[in-house]
Amino acid sequence: MARTEQVLKKMTVSEMSLSAIFIALAFATTFIAIKAYTPVFAFHAALFSLGSLTAVFAIVTHYRSRSSEPTPQMINGRPNYNYGPIKFTAIAALFWGIAGFLVGLYLALELAYPQFNLDLPWINFGRLRPLHTSAVIFAFGGNVLLACSFYIMQRTSRARMAGVIAPWFVVLGYNFFILIAGTGYLLGVTRGHEYAEPEWYAILWLVIVWVTYLLVYLFTLAKRAEPHIYVANWFFLAFIVTVAVLVLGNNTEIPISVFSSQSVIVWAGVQDAMIQWWYAHNAVGFFLTAGFLGIMYYFIPKRTGRPIYSYRLSIVHFWSLIFLYIWAGPHHLHYTALPDWAQTLGMIFSVVLWMPSWGGMINGVMTLSGAWDKLRTDPVLRMLVVSVAFYGMSTFEGPLMSVKAVNSLSHYTDWGIGHVHSGSLGWVGFVSFGALYCLIPWVWRRQLYSLKLVNWHFWISTIGIVFYISAMWVAGIMQGLMWRAYTPQGFLEYSFVETTEALHPEYIIRAAGGGLFLIGALIMAYNIYRTIASPMIDLADDVALSASPAE
Amino acid sequence: MSQNVNHSPTGGLQKLMETNSILLVVAILILVSIGGVVEIVPLFYLKNTIEKVEGVRPYSPLELAGYNIYVREGCYTCHSQMIRPLRDEVERYGHYSLAAESMYDHPHQWGSKRNGPDLARVGGKYSNDWQRDHLRNPRAMVPTSIMPGYPFLTKTPLNAEHITEQMRTLRIVGVPYTDTQIENALIDIQAQGKLDHPGAPALSQRYPNAMINDVSGENGITEEDALIAYLQHLGVSVDFKLYDDKANIR
Amino acid sequence: MPDKKHEKSKVRIDAHSGVPTTGHEWDGIEELNTPLPRWWVWTFWLTVLWAIAYTIVYPAWPTLSGGTHGLFGWNSRNQLTQEVTQLQVTRAPIFAKLKNASLEEIEANPDLLSAARMVGAAAFANNCAACHGAGGAGSKGYANLNDDDWIWGGHLNEIRATIEHGARWETDKATHSSSMPAFGRDGLLTPDQISILADHVRTFAELPDTVAPTAEGQKLYDDNCAACHGIEGKGNTELGAPNLTDAIWLYGSDKPTIISRIKNGGGGVMPAWSEKLDEITIKALSIYVHSLGGGQ
Ligand code: HEC
Ligand code: HEC
Ligand code: HEC
Ligand code: HEM
Ligand code: HEM
Ligand SMILES: [Ca+2]
Ligand SMILES: [Ca+2]
Ligand SMILES: [Cu+2]
Repeated sequence: MARTEQVLKKMTVSEMSLSAIFIALAFATTFIAIKAYTPVFAFHAALFSLGSLTAVFAIVTHYRSRSSEPTPQMINGRPNYNYGPIKFTAIAALFWGIAGFLVGLYLALELAYPQFNLDLPWINFGRLRPLHTSAVIFAFGGNVLLACSFYIMQRTSRARMAGVIAPWFVVLGYNFFILIAGTGYLLGVTRGHEYAEPEWYAILWLVIVWVTYLLVYLFTLAKRAEPHIYVANWFFLAFIVTVAVLVLGNNTEIPISVFSSQSVIVWAGVQDAMIQWWYAHNAVGFFLTAGFLGIMYYFIPKRTGRPIYSYRLSIVHFWSLIFLYIWAGPHHLHYTALPDWAQTLGMIFSVVLWMPSWGGMINGVMTLSGAWDKLRTDPVLRMLVVSVAFYGMSTFEGPLMSVKAVNSLSHYTDWGIGHVHSGSLGWVGFVSFGALYCLIPWVWRRQLYSLKLVNWHFWISTIGIVFYISAMWVAGIMQGLMWRAYTPQGFLEYSFVETTEALHPEYIIRAAGGGLFLIGALIMAYNIYRTIASPMIDLADDVALSASPAE
Repeated sequence: MSQNVNHSPTGGLQKLMETNSILLVVAILILVSIGGVVEIVPLFYLKNTIEKVEGVRPYSPLELAGYNIYVREGCYTCHSQMIRPLRDEVERYGHYSLAAESMYDHPHQWGSKRNGPDLARVGGKYSNDWQRDHLRNPRAMVPTSIMPGYPFLTKTPLNAEHITEQMRTLRIVGVPYTDTQIENALIDIQAQGKLDHPGAPALSQRYPNAMINDVSGENGITEEDALIAYLQHLGVSVDFKLYDDKANIR
Repeated sequence: MPDKKHEKSKVRIDAHSGVPTTGHEWDGIEELNTPLPRWWVWTFWLTVLWAIAYTIVYPAWPTLSGGTHGLFGWNSRNQLTQEVTQLQVTRAPIFAKLKNASLEEIEANPDLLSAARMVGAAAFANNCAACHGAGGAGSKGYANLNDDDWIWGGHLNEIRATIEHGARWETDKATHSSSMPAFGRDGLLTPDQISILADHVRTFAELPDTVAPTAEGQKLYDDNCAACHGIEGKGNTELGAPNLTDAIWLYGSDKPTIISRIKNGGGGVMPAWSEKLDEITIKALSIYVHSLGGGQ
């Protein structure tokens, strides 16, 4: 770096103010760590303090090494896309995914063989289960969403991502949130709300990160060179905005002290249940559905090289989907102490939601028309398409389970778990794998190491999913029927533990299925590792890379 | 064909959204608010949302400490606390759960999966001894149980130093703890966790139905004692002999 | 922003489907202007119609003072009442028979007996098996119900009383309340004396590794224990003092266990069921337990 440059170089306002904020945060959290009520909270406060100091260090290092000129927005007439944060989240997604699947497998083993709990606090089922759900949904899914949305938003806007520090703050801040939340579960810090277990201080942090995410998104869209906003971005915006609303509504809590990890939620009982399932159902609707539909809307047309099947369908199913999803929360509370009128609303809106959901499936699958033959040669595309098929299946099953008569049988049973995993392994898992298999070679400018391994991944995981969900359908329906089984004289036929015993074989099959799914993911990790380790290829545009998947 | 004139089949509105990200965000916000408002807001103003019943009281300090452990250990991941008005459930577990019974639960513990049985009415179903034996080693009591063992709760003395802060915060959000209840919290814990404690009568007056619970003398009052005090209070508040089902049909 | 002309110029007819594109392109992605699939639109409106109809028939919309009740006033809690009524009809034949007959009459009549066993088996599995085991065999501290050794008596009415009121269940006034003193903890006996007593008690049942009975042991026993467990150690069901001469032990027959019993005294707690279960069910349970094998 030339000496003159260093003389002229000035710290930007954001570099200075952020450094100041992080230094203040480091002091504040150190103070809290010293006064903390519990060792766990002291540990978390210390992590915050350490994180803040690292942030200051990173900002200063960046300042010293950067040139005095701002990063160019265009190079040779082409947008100078910012891929750094995308690379980070893509790898983080793989890491958390494998961790989350591993924990899922361990949970499955604990249910088949309770000895796996080892009588220890940290790994007993009750503490590990939230770790699994958060790791797969928020850590794996969340990082996939960050990676893909940052990529898609830049490419479809033909503009470099807004901000210099902000995108890094979003991806690092988000993963820091995951670290706090996950270690918290193991050490016994939880709010006890399903899918919303992180305590007040983790959520406070998340809100800051999330608002920054929205701002980066909006500012990038504002820079776009395309007049229209592409449909994938509608879905991403709906995902970001609605998740913010949901988190704020469901985390209205008061810490019992700033020195305590514990908080008290404002809502109680029936209202709390309604608000929590309004949140959790729409976490499915906007995190696991809208966000991943955004991913689908980019990678399927990109990978097939075909236009989106129907623009009109995009419009109608987008607006109807987001409007209707919000209403469906009470289908998690059928026959509970929630008033009947609310349960009815949850049920009917779930059924009406069926076609808007299938709109996405139709648009995904039909985009292949004219390119069906590619399914034979391109296992990545096959993964993407099968994910959409699973999406279609679980959004048919969902409305079915929302019907009160069906739900009275399926609720509380493993049928729900089967439904969850056809949605999450089949849809979320496969669409993420497919997208990462595209994205990683494109942002690293590498040739994917082996399509053959992708093929193995595809088949092993598919068999795993089939094991998992068919075992859970059998288990769930059997359990539901046994609970309500009566002898001819009208007396309950089975005690509760007899139903538990009956599920043992299915639990073993489920664990085997989970094991296969995990093996698939490990194969992927190896394939990705080899891809990144391979030499860079020099292609003018990564669009060219997608057009011809190597054989 | 229309696409030559206006590519957007829904006309100008869609085009407006598609070309203006702020409008798009605002439209999304409005659309996603409607359902939530219609379903949630009435639950706060409709009087019949929570049934009128006698006997539901805030948790005693020891029960509250037990509730915290129940949440911490994630018992809700396997156990529901919501008996549905279905015939097999009321046969197996007892009277269906009322909204009133969880009105002081911040947060609720209704659950969504039954890897184990519903616990909404487990209070008084078993003895303190059984609960202790079962928590320490479920398979000693129920050979085919898949519940994890919690022997570590026996060894952990209860740390309830900050329970009054929790009670005060709960009062802010509407749980009717009185000043005396908060002032006496630490004494009440001793009174409920030890047999023949002089504070027992005052405790029973402040918290009717509180089960005195002295199960594991060895380590003073332990987390296990607190958890059992909580479990023994589940579902015992409302006297269903006096409760009129018809009065609370919604 | 590009002008409108530029937008329009990109519209092309897709060669494969023959459908025109919308004229936009993002990073190489185009969109077809395919109309909505007919069946999709139709199914959508069908579900909407069904939903509207459903909200008319069932309670659905919140109002300012309550909620709509639907055409027929259906609600889930009323539905349960109906189902339970129906259940009672199913059970009526059995229950009617069990209600009026005495416990002895039920046992004497094979039809009634099998009916009672059926009712009892269901209630036992859901309420008692957690303590007494699925087959009634009990476990350490939890009485075995299918042998012929009874702490509180094995006659029908005794069993019924135990089930109704439990043992040492504080909130039930009629519960079996006597329990064994804590001879060691309360300093009534010295550790040496307790050790001697334990050896002595073990001679009653002629356990394999017992030492010979001693006069000292006999005296200690007579002074402290005979009041409840009887001179010969045969126990007393009035007081819930177990028989010490047979091979059946509630807690165990090894010396440390017996020492711990004498030291700590007390007694097991069994919940009272009269508040939770109805009369017929308790009758049926009494019969069921009685007929497990050891009833007197
Ligand atoms: C892996 C699932 C699992 C977890 C976690 C779990 N349980 Fe259980 N629980 C069961 C099963 C299965 C049964 C039924 C068999 C038995 O009684 O052990 C049960 C039974 C019970 C019962 C007896 C209920 C009855 O009516 O018979 C109680 C009380 C109980 N659990 C309390 C708890 C508490 C408190 C925790 C948390 C500290 C907990 N459980 C965590 C699975 C679980
Ligand atoms: C919380 C555990 C528990 C439950 C549940 C329980 N019992 Fe018991 N039961 C005991 C204990 C402990 C004893 C022994 C009391 C003693 O030690 O004196 C006992 C004793 C008995 C006895 C007397 C045995 C004798 O030798 O005299 C009968 C009969 C009995 N139980 C029947 C039942 C029935 C029927 C049910 C279900 C409705 C039931 N129990 C539920 C714990 C329980
Ligand atoms: C006030 C009456 C009473 C007196 C006095 C008494 N016991 Fe007991 N004993 C009981 C009762 C009641 C039980 C049953 C406890 C239970 O049901 O859990 C019992 C149980 C026992 C048991 C356990 C039996 C088994 O099956 O495991 C032993 C051993 C025993 N007593 C020995 C003694 C000895 C030795 C003495 C004298 C030092 C003594 N008891 C004095 C009432 C008494
Ligand atoms: C139209 C779409 C859908 C509808 C109407 C729907 C409906 C339902 C219903 C009725 C339940 C069971 C509630 C209960 O009885 O406890 C449920 C559970 C669940 N669904 Fe769906 N579903 C849909 C799509 C999806 C998709 C695509 C996913 C995943 C990506 C998903 C994830 C889940 C999860 C995680 C649960 C478990 C919630 C719990 O913890 O109990 N759903 N859904
Ligand atoms: C190796 C793969 C996996 C295995 C073996 C596995 C296993 C499990 C197990 C055993 C449970 C607990 C079920 C119960 O309580 O009965 C569970 C719950 C859950 N898992 Fe997984 N899982 C896997 C992957 C995933 C993925 C990829 C996702 C989401 C993207 C996911 C989302 C969930 C959710 C949401 C629940 C809670 C369901 C509910 O409460 O209804 N899982 N999983
Ligand atoms: Ca759940
Ligand atoms: Ca016996
Ligand atoms: Cu849902």
